[in-house]
Amino acid sequence: MGGEWANWLGPAEWQAVRLSLRVSLWATLASLPLGIFVAYVLARWEFPGKQVLNGIVHLPLILPPVVTGYLLLIVLGRRGMIGQFLDQWFGIVFSFRWTGAAVAAAIMAFPLMVRAIRLAIEAVDPKLEAAASTLGASRFWVFVTVTLPLILPGIIAGAILAFAKAIGEFGATITFVSNIPGQTQTIPSAIYAFLQVPGGQEAATRLVIVAVIIAMAALLLSEIIARRVARLVGGT
Amino acid sequence: MRLALQVRHRFAGLELDVDVLAPPGVTVLFGPSGSGKTTLVNAVAGLLRPDQGRIAAGDWVLMDSATRHWLPPSKRRLGYIFQEGRLFPHLTVRQNLLYGRWFAPRDAPAESLERVVDLLGIDRLLSRRPGALSGGEKQRVAIGRALLAAPRLILADEPLAALDEARKAEILPYFERLRDAVSVPILYVSHSSAEVARLATTVIALREGKVAAFGPPAQVLGDPATMGARGLVSVLSAQVVAHHGDGLSELQVAGGTIWPPRLPEEAGRDLRIRVAAKDVILSRVAPQGLSALNILRGTIREIRAAEAPNVLVTVALGDGAEAQMLMAQITRRSLDALALEPGQSCYAILKSIAVSP
Repeated sequence: MGGEWANWLGPAEWQAVRLSLRVSLWATLASLPLGIFVAYVLARWEFPGKQVLNGIVHLPLILPPVVTGYLLLIVLGRRGMIGQFLDQWFGIVFSFRWTGAAVAAAIMAFPLMVRAIRLAIEAVDPKLEAAASTLGASRFWVFVTVTLPLILPGIIAGAILAFAKAIGEFGATITFVSNIPGQTQTIPSAIYAFLQVPGGQEAATRLVIVAVIIAMAALLLSEIIARRVARLVGGT
Repeated sequence: MRLALQVRHRFAGLELDVDVLAPPGVTVLFGPSGSGKTTLVNAVAGLLRPDQGRIAAGDWVLMDSATRHWLPPSKRRLGYIFQEGRLFPHLTVRQNLLYGRWFAPRDAPAESLERVVDLLGIDRLLSRRPGALSGGEKQRVAIGRALLAAPRLILADEPLAALDEARKAEILPYFERLRDAVSVPILYVSHSSAEVARLATTVIALREGKVAAFGPPAQVLGDPATMGARGLVSVLSAQVVAHHGDGLSELQVAGGTIWPPRLPEEAGRDLRIRVAAKDVILSRVAPQGLSALNILRGTIREIRAAEAPNVLVTVALGDGAEAQMLMAQITRRSLDALALEPGQSCYAILKSIAVSP
């Protein structure tokens, strides 16, 4: 069975699928801590410039993806403002690497992730957190023992949403890290590439089917996990 | 441990200004809603930072604006019982109960889980989650959670307000046991004179952010300045003498005997009873041929003017230091007709009483 499955997709297609999964997984997991932090800041803190931060977080959602990709190139490219510095001092290079694709996917998915988590945090009654603090819990422990478990369904929803968005990311990725097979050619880029050559439709169709399966699986999984967690934290 | 509360705080529509030193025991913050009770308790809890003030339990200073000393709530070693329980929905009852213990110092003198569970009768609930509990059960768990945090100060913000009368009657005894069994000072917010009469060692009556009266419950509840003449209540100490076959219990109070319908308390227990001033009839001679059972002997101590057409008569029941004050609201016409004067002996007929076990 496994062999037949492997043969159903050509080696280039497999490469794109594996790369897409790796890029999206890293994009989601690596941005999750920051996503939770930013969501918490937006939900609970009051400070001047809060709307600016909110705007910056949401910018990738409204900008054309190509623009986001180009901005990434300017900032994180090898000659970019920050990219230059990262290359010289730490040897970290994003442009034309799969890590760059992960950064592009993470940034494009970030607003969706933050939004889902922020809604979950806003639904937590601050009075419960106050109660925890009167029982001796410091701010850190209040967050870990009360806030975090209560927003877990929101975090899972946000992560799955971000993962799905990352899988489908195309514009910013292709602008920032191009379309190099094995390096930066994710499923959408591969579909695009196959459609550019005669006789590529079949391969493209197979990748489309894979994309649909991944999306459905992610949705189902999130539904199952969210239901489990909701039962756990829901109080019955 | 004496509780020093000096708080000045100005916020939307209210200027809180309190400066009292409460003796050990249960201190009840009493007053209508909007009088600043919860604000004051939250200042003690550290959930609100007052503009100015000093709060201390004994020599343990929680905050002092003069020295810029401020303990965050997590360092105040509190057991705060909230009006709405505020149990953690994602934790079981057992985990809720033990939550405060995770953070309490190891050497803190803590109640044992078994003892508290036993005291509150919640052993069946331990593995459940709060969502599966009734209102009364939740509130009992909330009390247990506060007790088990090894608190040096217990705060209770109208812990019974969200409950119906039956549940109140179920939970109030736990607070009494708490008062009698635990040496930790308790600050208890209430707007119910029944709860005040039953629980308080000391009452702080708040009105629009200021202390309208401060002292033992008998004194504060009998003060028309705080209660308004209509709500005036006397609090008397009583002791159960015996239960009789005709369905009545015999209570000994200063100045006589009271016969309420049979009480659950065993003989020898001390109780408090409340008598509304409007439910007291005065007579200069021992009443004859009257169906009333509850007749006490006393001496008129004071006569004060009240809202027309009434006057307030304070009757001292019993002698000397043992004497207890009973307030009677009668009309000026009756006062004149009977020619009542301070120093005269008289009889008080109680139309109705409320017994607080």
